[in-house]
Parts: sequence; structure tokens; C-alpha cells
Amino acid sequence: MTPLLKVNNLSKFYGNRIGCNDVSFDLYPGEVMGIVGESGSGKSTLLNCLAGRLEPDAGEVLFHTRADGLRDTVTMSEPERRMLGRTDWAFVHQHARDGLRMGVSAGGNVGERLMAVGARNYGDIRAKAIDWLERVEIAEDRVDDRPSAFSGGMQQRLQIARNLVTGPRLVFMDEPTGGLDVSVQARLLDLLRGLVREMGLSAIIVTHDLAVVRLLADRLMVMKSGHVVESGLTDQVLDDPQHGYTQLLVSSVLQV
Amino acid sequence: MIEIRDLSKEFVLHNQGGAVIPVMAGGSLSVAPGECVALVGASGAGKSTLMRMIYGNYLANGGSILVGDVDLARAEPREILALRREVLGYVSQFLRVVPRVPTLDVVAEPLLNVGVGVEEAHERARDLLGRLNIPERLWALSPTTFSGGEQQRVNIARGFAHAFPAMLLDEPTASLDAKNREVVLGLIEEAKARGAAIIGIFHDKAARERVCDREVDVTGFAPKAVA
Amino acid sequence: MSEAYNFAYLDEQTKRMIRRAILKGLAIPGYQVPFASREMPMPYGWGTGGVQVSAAVLTPEDTMKVIDQGADDTTNAVSIRKFFQKTAGVAVTERTSDADVIQTRHRIPEEPLREDQILVYQVPIPEPLRFLEPRETETRKMHALEEYGLMHVKLYEDISRNGAISTAYAYPVKVEGRYVMDPSPIPKFDNPKLEMAAIQLFGAGREQRIYALPPYTKAVSLDFEDYPFEASKADHACDLCGCDTSYLDEVIVDDAGGRMFVCSDTDFCRGRRAEGHIGAQGAPFEEDAA
Repeated sequence: MTPLLKVNNLSKFYGNRIGCNDVSFDLYPGEVMGIVGESGSGKSTLLNCLAGRLEPDAGEVLFHTRADGLRDTVTMSEPERRMLGRTDWAFVHQHARDGLRMGVSAGGNVGERLMAVGARNYGDIRAKAIDWLERVEIAEDRVDDRPSAFSGGMQQRLQIARNLVTGPRLVFMDEPTGGLDVSVQARLLDLLRGLVREMGLSAIIVTHDLAVVRLLADRLMVMKSGHVVESGLTDQVLDDPQHGYTQLLVSSVLQV
Repeated sequence: MIEIRDLSKEFVLHNQGGAVIPVMAGGSLSVAPGECVALVGASGAGKSTLMRMIYGNYLANGGSILVGDVDLARAEPREILALRREVLGYVSQFLRVVPRVPTLDVVAEPLLNVGVGVEEAHERARDLLGRLNIPERLWALSPTTFSGGEQQRVNIARGFAHAFPAMLLDEPTASLDAKNREVVLGLIEEAKARGAAIIGIFHDKAARERVCDREVDVTGFAPKAVA
Repeated sequence: MSEAYNFAYLDEQTKRMIRRAILKGLAIPGYQVPFASREMPMPYGWGTGGVQVSAAVLTPEDTMKVIDQGADDTTNAVSIRKFFQKTAGVAVTERTSDADVIQTRHRIPEEPLREDQILVYQVPIPEPLRFLEPRETETRKMHALEEYGLMHVKLYEDISRNGAISTAYAYPVKVEGRYVMDPSPIPKFDNPKLEMAAIQLFGAGREQRIYALPPYTKAVSLDFEDYPFEASKADHACDLCGCDTSYLDEVIVDDAGGRMFVCSDTDFCRGRRAEGHIGAQGAPFEEDAA
């Protein structure tokens, strides 16, 4: 099996500060990988470099494209990279308002990606938008409401629908449950797990919430000061952490 | 089916002065298809540690753990995940699920993960929940709100949903009443009969004698220096 | 013509700069060319972009016509016409067919234009994507990469809110299968006329953009398969000249709900009445009656 994403020696510096340094890993189809670490550990920098939102200073991000196999998304042309961003990739922001068009109805938000890849039949676009709203548990009669009229959890689910409507293969998520109530978080996690299984998605999830990665991620990468200090199977890393930092991280979680 | 050779394990506590705690050395064990082996030994002797290492939950420092043709001491995460999905089942003592998910879906999930259709998976889940005497009115609720015994039975139903060729059972009959204990022992016997290789921890001596073919005392795997 | 001004107000260097922008615009139909818009002796929103473009293309021999919403006699049209009379000394006319350069705000004349004519539009907001994407860096990139899905989001919103594409003016077009362009706030009734024999130049003074359509350039109005573009107009005939194919203005005539529909293109209406056409409320044509 070929990896969907192959990352080789990826580095990003901010002046002489390290953003992330010498990160390498393979992500296979259907795998969900968590990246954990405290604020400033470089996990968001890494995610943005992977998703083509930030230009790395060194290294390769090879994505298995449908047409041409493994391609380096760092060196590919911008139109190609943006095309990936609209089709095979999805990016779920921590704050829904960064990932939604707040002035556009829920249906328009979901439909945008379809229209961006050439859908020109209003009825089809709307039907698909409604179908996706239902899949993320938003009632059909909210299709013409703007996201500003939605609760935080609904906005986040709308953002997910908007991202998944074109059937992407790789989803980047930046703290997808951050800032939500715990009960809303649980619902979102359940939804994400179901979608990941149904659609065979691969995902990279950045979070500082170890409970979230335990439930969502198959694999885990632990970052500290821009370096990956440990990686492995999620439950193995959490239950039998090898690196001192991971041990500290795991033991620092408040028990409920 | 399960072949363990010269297994060793130590914990290094980096935040406590780098203390090294060896817990296992020279662990060896072999389980054939259709065989059930009980791990015995005093509390703290390393039964659960060994189980967790076999499941890939704890990292082995040396030796090999072959389940089928995968060596868990060396495998990539995705190989271990595939093994857990298809081959190696684990019934832990505690149910760990996403809150809010209905019991029926919790039990059906392992089947969905191996590509069984939703209808068929739910049918199997209903059958198991029925056998384990979980009242039908609870099936649509999340098990997170259930009593300890009910949670344990949901956990067992989930563990036995897919016919794993190899299974790890951690105290499957603990906190069960006689009737449900009987059901669980029946499930274990059925699994043996279809050729599953099973490793279990049973404090319940009668249960152990009924379903297990052999006992392995893990005290023998303790590191010599410390023991 | 006042001797105090250089011909057509602007200095020669500025006119050359603007002509270069116009030529570039003609070379890349629909592409918004930035230009160094000058302060003009009129406020933004009064047609400073159009005036600069007109000033750059006018020659002393030209005859000029200026219309605002189709009419030659509204304040905006009158003051711009006077501006060019004073600063360029050019002949002016209200007759579409006699004009070499026509500066317009919000209409295309009903009478088909010829290859030797130039139509200059006044444009308030040249960027068709601005409604949904406020960042200029992003809209430029979207044009560069032909990422026009957002344009349809606007039309989608129209239909979902109103049951039909309610955008009635400044209706976006795709030019020669490449750039999406705002045709300035002309009614969508005029969109089909964008494919014409004359040169069309668009000037946005405040936004400092010039774009152009060379003669016979294809300009397709965006739509959905199941909600096709329609060039709609009021379902009436002109009450003065009886024309039922021209774009109409609704005029309230009293405080009791009385109203009439009249051609928005005043020159076109007068021409028809001169030929003897009479609408429902019209009187027989007399020279200079208006």
C-alpha cells in the first residue's frame, strides 16, 4: 500500500526560532493521526505547512494525487495546490468563522466547494447541501439561515459539512473541538468518527486535548519545541509513554 | 497463533530521576488455535502488563510477540491497527467509548470496522445484547450511564461481536452474576470451538478451570535481578 | 473651449498613461488594469473613472454624447457634457448615431452601436467578487487562477432567498471564457448587448481600474442550468412611443398611484416618436417639445 501523504524532513523557521524541525512521517489511507503538544510546540506550524497554508523552509510534503501519484505539494504550482485545497484536501479550523462565510447561508456555504469544482445545477447543489446538513445533524429547514444564527457546535458541524461535501481524501483539523462545550464536543467526535469510517478519510488532527486524540486518532505524534519527540500508536503513546515530555504531558491531565 | 519469545520490558520514569523499573525478562508463551491459556500469578506479577504488550498497548523492549505473522514488538502502528481490527480482540475490564453513542452501535462498531453491513452488524449486536441480558430499552442509550455490571456486559458483547482468531480477555467474568457469567463462559467456549486462540486473566478459579486448557504463571517472567 | 485647460483637462502624460491601460485592457478582455487615477474636479461616484477614460480617447474632431440611466438631460450627464465642452471644445449631441464617444452611467443605448464608436462606462465597484471576498489580494489570485466558484455562490444565495436570480443590475459576465467581469450597474436587460460592434471601455476612478471589451467580444452572463439567465424588463410597452422591446423606467405621475412606463433611453424614445409611433399616454411628436 502506498502512503497518502509522505512527509520528509519538513522544517520551518521563523527567523532563528524553530517552528518545526525535521519532521518525517507517512500517513496511509484511512489513518487518523493526532499531533499533540503544548501551545507553541509547533504543531499548528506543522499542520499549516502540511496543508499548503505556510511555506516550509526545507523538506517535502508528498501527496498521492489521483492523476500523477506522489507529488511534492511544496514545489507544485499554486493553482494545483489550491485545486487540491478545494477537492482532495479539507481544512477544519478551530474557529468556525475562519472556515465559514458568515454572510452566506448554510446551503451556500456547503455548496461553495461544489460550485468551485464546476457544479452548475442549482437543484443538485441544494439537494447535496441539504443531504450534508442532515449528515452533520443540522435540520433541513436551517439551509437558508446564515451561520451567525447557529450555535458554536452547529457552526463547527457546518464547517465540517462544507469541507467534506466534495469527498476529500485528507482532512486537516486544527483543534476541531476547541472552544466547544464538552457535551457538544462528544457529539462532534462521534460524528467525525462515523464520517472517517464511512468515507475512508485520512485525517491529521492537531489538538492539545489528549482525550480527543484517544477517541479519534489511530496514531499520535508528540511535539515539543518544534521537534517530534515521540510517535506511535495512540493508546501505546498515552499508556506507555517513552519520552520524558510525553510522560509529563500524560501525567498532567486532570482525572475526572 | 500467538507466539511470544524472550520478551522483556522496563519502565523508565524520566520525571522521577530517570528511574528504571524492569518488569519482565525472558517471557515466552505459545497459544495454539482453539486453545485457551490462563495467566496466573500474584497481583502485580505482570499479568496485565503482558496482556497489554500482546495488544501493542505497551511497548516491548526486547523479544518478539507474534500474532499470526505480525510481530507486535516491531510492527508499524497501521499494522497493529489492522491486526486489532481483523485478528486480535481485547476485552478489557473497562468500557471506553465516545459518549452519546447508542449501545447497539457501540457493540456493532467492530463489525462495521471490518466491513460488515450495518443491518447484519446490528443483527449480531442485538443477538449478543439479548444473550447478555441487557434490556432492549437500553440499547438506544449510551452505555456511559449504565451500571458497572451492565457496562462490563456491553464491553463483552463488543469484544465478541467480531469472530477474532485471537482474543485477550481481562477478567471477563468479574462483577457478573451467575446467569451472565454462564453466558460469558459459553461465548468463550464457542470462540474456542471455532478455533480462536485465547489468553485470559481469570480470578474466578472455577471459570478458569472450566474454559482454560493451561495455566501460565507470569511470576516466571519476572526479571531475575529484581525478583 | 477654455484656453486655460489642456485638451480634455488631463495633461498629455496622464492621457498616455491611461491609453496604455486601455490598450492593455483591450488586449486582455475583462481583466482589470490598475491605473494611476487622478483627482478630477468632481466627486468620486460622479463618473471620475469614465471621465478620465473619455478624456484619454477623445480627439478634437469627435462628437460626444453623455447619458445617465439612459437620459441625456439628468444632472450627471449635463455636467459631464459641459465639462468636455469647456475643457475639450468637442461637439456634443444627444443622438446616439451621431456620437463618436458615448459616456454612460448604468445603461447601454437601445440603438445598436457601430464599429467606429466607443462606449465609455462609469464603474463604481469594478470587482465582481468583492461582494463575498473583501481581500483584494485574494480576489486578484482568484482571477489569476480562474477560481470563480464564489460568483455562483452569490447567485445561489439569490435563488435560495428569492426563488430566482434577483440580481437585476451589475450582473456578472464571463468574458471570452476567461475573466469574470462586472459590466457596471447596467440592468441585466442590457447584458446581451455587451456583445457589440463598438469598443467598450470601463473606468473606475476611485478604485483605479480600467477594463475593456474589444468589438464582438463574447460576454456570457453567469447562471445555473436550472435557473438560466433572463434579460428581464418591466412587462409593459413605453407609454410615450409604444415600444415593447426597450428598457423602461417607471415614473410616478401623481400622488394617487398614477404612473407611466417610459423608455429609459430618451434619445431612442424621441426617435421613435419622430417616426410617428405613439404610446398609450403619448401625444403626437413635436420638435423641441421635450
